[in-house]
Amino acid sequence: MMFQQRFSLSLIGLGCLALSACGGSSNNSQPAPEPDPVSYSYEVTVQNLTQGQPLSPVAIVLHNNVTLWTIGEPATVALEVLAEGGDGSDFIGDDSFYASMTGTAPIGAGASDTLTITVTDEAESFISVATMLVNTNDAFAGISGHSLAELTLNDTMVMMLPVLDAGTEANSEAAGTIPGPADDGEGFNSERDDADVVSFHPGVVSGEDGLTLSVLTSAHRFDNPAVKLSITRVE
Amino acid sequence: MRIKQLTSLLLAAGVTAIAPGLQAAELEVSVQNLTRGMYFTPILISAHTPEQQLFNVGEAASAELQAMAEGGSIAGLADATAAMSADNILNPASGLLMPTASTTATLSTADTNSVLSIVAMMLPTNDGFIGLNSWNIPTEPGTYTVYINAYDAGTEANDEIRGGGQPGVPGLPVPPPLEDLVGMNGSGITSEIVNDTVHIHPGNLGDDDSQGGSSDISNTVQRWLNPVAKVTVTVSE
Repeated sequence: MMFQQRFSLSLIGLGCLALSACGGSSNNSQPAPEPDPVSYSYEVTVQNLTQGQPLSPVAIVLHNNVTLWTIGEPATVALEVLAEGGDGSDFIGDDSFYASMTGTAPIGAGASDTLTITVTDEAESFISVATMLVNTNDAFAGISGHSLAELTLNDTMVMMLPVLDAGTEANSEAAGTIPGPADDGEGFNSERDDADVVSFHPGVVSGEDGLTLSVLTSAHRFDNPAVKLSITRVE
Repeated sequence: MRIKQLTSLLLAAGVTAIAPGLQAAELEVSVQNLTRGMYFTPILISAHTPEQQLFNVGEAASAELQAMAEGGSIAGLADATAAMSADNILNPASGLLMPTASTTATLSTADTNSVLSIVAMMLPTNDGFIGLNSWNIPTEPGTYTVYINAYDAGTEANDEIRGGGQPGVPGLPVPPPLEDLVGMNGSGITSEIVNDTVHIHPGNLGDDDSQGGSSDISNTVQRWLNPVAKVTVTVSE
């Protein structure tokens, strides 16, 4: 099983130096001929491997060398909005991103969605992908700041993703707290009443397994991996 | 025998034949607790020869592994591996490794100690532990990531109620930092050991009654799905 890999802080530091060095303006008064813009397109397929957890419309971002969440660190509000309510609009809404998009519909169990995201003149993009398991309090799956630099044309990387816990809402499974069809309850709530760090998810308990106030059933339980993510560079 | 040894000469010969030039290594080893609410007791990181194993799925736990898995004591495993010239790091986190916390240590390995094992008890469990078993240390410098799973030593019934950590004593050890995180007065999930060999842990059941019920474990916080730990190994020489 392959999970996402994170980059060391030293690598991030070096990457930033390299980027800022590249960003320096030329003092040459002679205008250089405009090079033809180069497009990099990535076809991203998200498949739902779970028994009965619809995935919220997938959010995809291409950006510079940063992470959008880290295990052991508090979730951003944008991630909290996605993980508690399935709404990826804040998650993709940062002006510094090279490109971003969300899917148009939830992804049912067993189904998949394929989206193509394109960036111009950025060969060294990093990708983040996130989607909520909607019949939970704040479970999500994704990758945060994964380098695409090594992905050559027509190459595919495949990752089997675990379920993460945003840590922003207690996993009460209680009526009124789950936005998916199991409950039609509340999505985002700015209160943080859980660990307030991102971790791996402990799993759905369900009423049948002893969580008295849970509105979830054995049909909503999941195990790792929950999502298969495939990224192919197509241009 | 304190540590299991593979005695087959044929197998030993085969391992030697395919080993790509054994060499001493400088390692930086990080262990991150990935779980929502489980604590790791003192961690043992051991580089040893491929002929040794700290544990093996489907085989009975050694007394030293049992002491680690039931009570968090790594002294027995450390002594037994050191007696066979392993290179060990003991307790890099200086105590419990909290949920999502990381610990890092450096290790110089002798050229014959070409595989890496890591163990630590998980709390609250009866005899659950994180386990990396004889991972081949790469000879090429670089950073490698391994995700590891939770095992059950198979030496104690998973009753999930307060008790002791001495080998053979039923129940969960509850050291002071966990005093307020573990329930009480549970009646006990089971008194049966279903599988008395090392196996992948079936997970905590828990319940939602901290003052009674069948378990003293919280079912919304102190469960997990594998993997439970991320190991990052940097080979620098």
